[in-house]
Amino acid sequence: MKKMQYRELYCSSPRYWGGLAFLAFIILVGMGAAFFMEHNGHFVTGMSNQIVWGLPHVFAIFLIVAASGALNVASIGSVFGGPMYKPLGRFSGLLSIGLLAGGLVVLLLDLGRPDRLIVAMTTYNFKSIFAWNIILYTGFFTIVGLYLWAMMDRKFAQFKRPIGFAAFFWRLALTTGTGSIFGFLVAREAYDAAIMAPMFIIMSFSYGLAFFIITLMSAYWWADRTIGELRLAKLKNLLGVFVGAVLYFALVYHLTNLYITQHHGVERFILLDGGIYTSMFWIGQVVIGGVIPLFLLYSPAFGHSRLALAVASLMVLLGGFFQVYVIVIGGQAFPMNLFPGKQVLESSFFDGVVAAYTPSLAEALLGIAGVAVAMTLVAIGARMLRVLPESLEDPEEGECV
Amino acid sequence: MSHNNDQPDLRRRDFIGKTVLAAGAASIAPGVMLTVANAGSDAGVSSKVRWGMLIDANKCADGCSACVAACNQENGIDLIERPAGQSDAMWDAQRPQWIHKVKLKDNLTGEITNLPMMCQHCEHPPCVDVCPTGASFKRADGLVMVDRHTCIGCRYCMMACPYKARSFIHQDVAAQRTGTPRGKGCVESCNLCVQRLDAGDQTTACQDACNREGYQAILFGDLKNPDSEIARALKAHNSRQIRADLELNTGVRYSNI
Ligand code: SF4
Ligand code: SF4
Repeated sequence: MKKMQYRELYCSSPRYWGGLAFLAFIILVGMGAAFFMEHNGHFVTGMSNQIVWGLPHVFAIFLIVAASGALNVASIGSVFGGPMYKPLGRFSGLLSIGLLAGGLVVLLLDLGRPDRLIVAMTTYNFKSIFAWNIILYTGFFTIVGLYLWAMMDRKFAQFKRPIGFAAFFWRLALTTGTGSIFGFLVAREAYDAAIMAPMFIIMSFSYGLAFFIITLMSAYWWADRTIGELRLAKLKNLLGVFVGAVLYFALVYHLTNLYITQHHGVERFILLDGGIYTSMFWIGQVVIGGVIPLFLLYSPAFGHSRLALAVASLMVLLGGFFQVYVIVIGGQAFPMNLFPGKQVLESSFFDGVVAAYTPSLAEALLGIAGVAVAMTLVAIGARMLRVLPESLEDPEEGECV
Repeated sequence: MSHNNDQPDLRRRDFIGKTVLAAGAASIAPGVMLTVANAGSDAGVSSKVRWGMLIDANKCADGCSACVAACNQENGIDLIERPAGQSDAMWDAQRPQWIHKVKLKDNLTGEITNLPMMCQHCEHPPCVDVCPTGASFKRADGLVMVDRHTCIGCRYCMMACPYKARSFIHQDVAAQRTGTPRGKGCVESCNLCVQRLDAGDQTTACQDACNREGYQAILFGDLKNPDSEIARALKAHNSRQIRADLELNTGVRYSNI
């Protein structure tokens, strides 16, 4: 068997530096936006006492969920021993660290008091799932960091499997924790479903893999290295399965909600007459994020098209973004029913009416900067560490049996 | 039905929960636990008292907002300036409202009800459960408050509160009242006029205002003292908690809705 050679992403080309400069620019703009919001206060955003978590949270949750899924390839490679995935494990670890960091930066900069980070890190309320999440995130960095090390350093090779297992379970816990943030909001109808946590796990598989495919393809394009047909086909099939599963879970989620009479209101809202949220659900989540990618992935017409795979992955991400948007913002916009059997005639606090939310530019810039942070970390990491195999040509006949 | 105070006995559950929590926390991080305990400074506050309110929706008048005005003044909310150029709709959505009036119509009978809504001072407050830093806390006397020194402005408590009782401070605050410190980027909500209670007063600003208007819709007092006016009223008349199904055992009760 040919030995897998890993090499730093070495390219002095303007492609690499140009790309990095572009990412740095986006980050700079995003930091400016964050400063603008912190300096003035949240009144310059579209957020209010009704929609308390806005666009930055959508980005943050999306990235954090994807981060845990990006580790999937590594898990398949070393925990479940999939030889086709094994050489991709290192990059998968790096990507998951990058995505998590990107998401956390956004989350942090959207706090009312980001300067109190130290309070958040030292004062814990152990009853709070949010506090547990802080611990889960920190632990994730440590464990995945160790995992990367074990994968890269021969001397630690014997720890690879146990740490791989630890990372695998840790990241399931992390996604469950992220999903549970919503599970604890007992009074909000949209979130009152046991299926929320498993749904987040399957969402993470799908978004994480889509991120993985896109970054892998661009890294190899940047570095002028080759990826074999077979390997891409594997990733492609896997993505197809995950996308299908996300659609399936969404279906189950809405069907269970339709079964529960008290939840008919919120279901009507998302599926039928919620305006922007309904469009986002059907057009964004279902069509862009599900149906079209499935078509691109499975239609024989695009059998070997790399472009189709890249486009499908991008659409999965786009659709996933809409899905998180509908969950986070749509779930808040739908009014809580405090007085069953009664209709709210007047209230100065928007009781009983759908809350309005128009995200501001600054929020969007901060969120996009989070994605850029993730990508920058991956680009720099891949250049400094040996995470990417020299070549991902398909193995010769019989090698992976 | 003789049982008209839907006050579940949760002492046992509470006790077990606290013991497990304390044992766990003590073995994990004693230092951290200390900070948590300090955050909700209970100094001088007794758990023999539980402050609460009974609001009679029949007496609450249509179009009156005396309680809201009094609260805004008492807690310095009226000192917050509207940011230049902000639209009416956005200002209404972003300005803090500790208490607000709601007008309801029954879907079947068409009956109209008026009532004020504010933090319900839950015995099992979801806002406290979810707060990552412990900035949201419940005092021994039942008041649920926010420690503005440890609040990081994550707004998870606002997501968790079933009554939408909390407000986020969206802008800089220049002027404020000494009894009610306030800062941009933190969350706050009704604290049953804690500054008055701690000074030995026994009434809230909203209650005083309502009485002054002659409606007497708000009754404030100690739920645990069987001789208090509110305890007697709760015993004598039917009252309910809003969203009693959540079993939060609210300190604010309503009658005639
Ligand atoms: S009403 Fe809301 S803010 Fe007040 S104690 Fe209950 S959960 Fe907390
Ligand atoms: S906004 Fe403040 S009080 Fe509310 S949960 Fe976050 S830290 Fe706690």
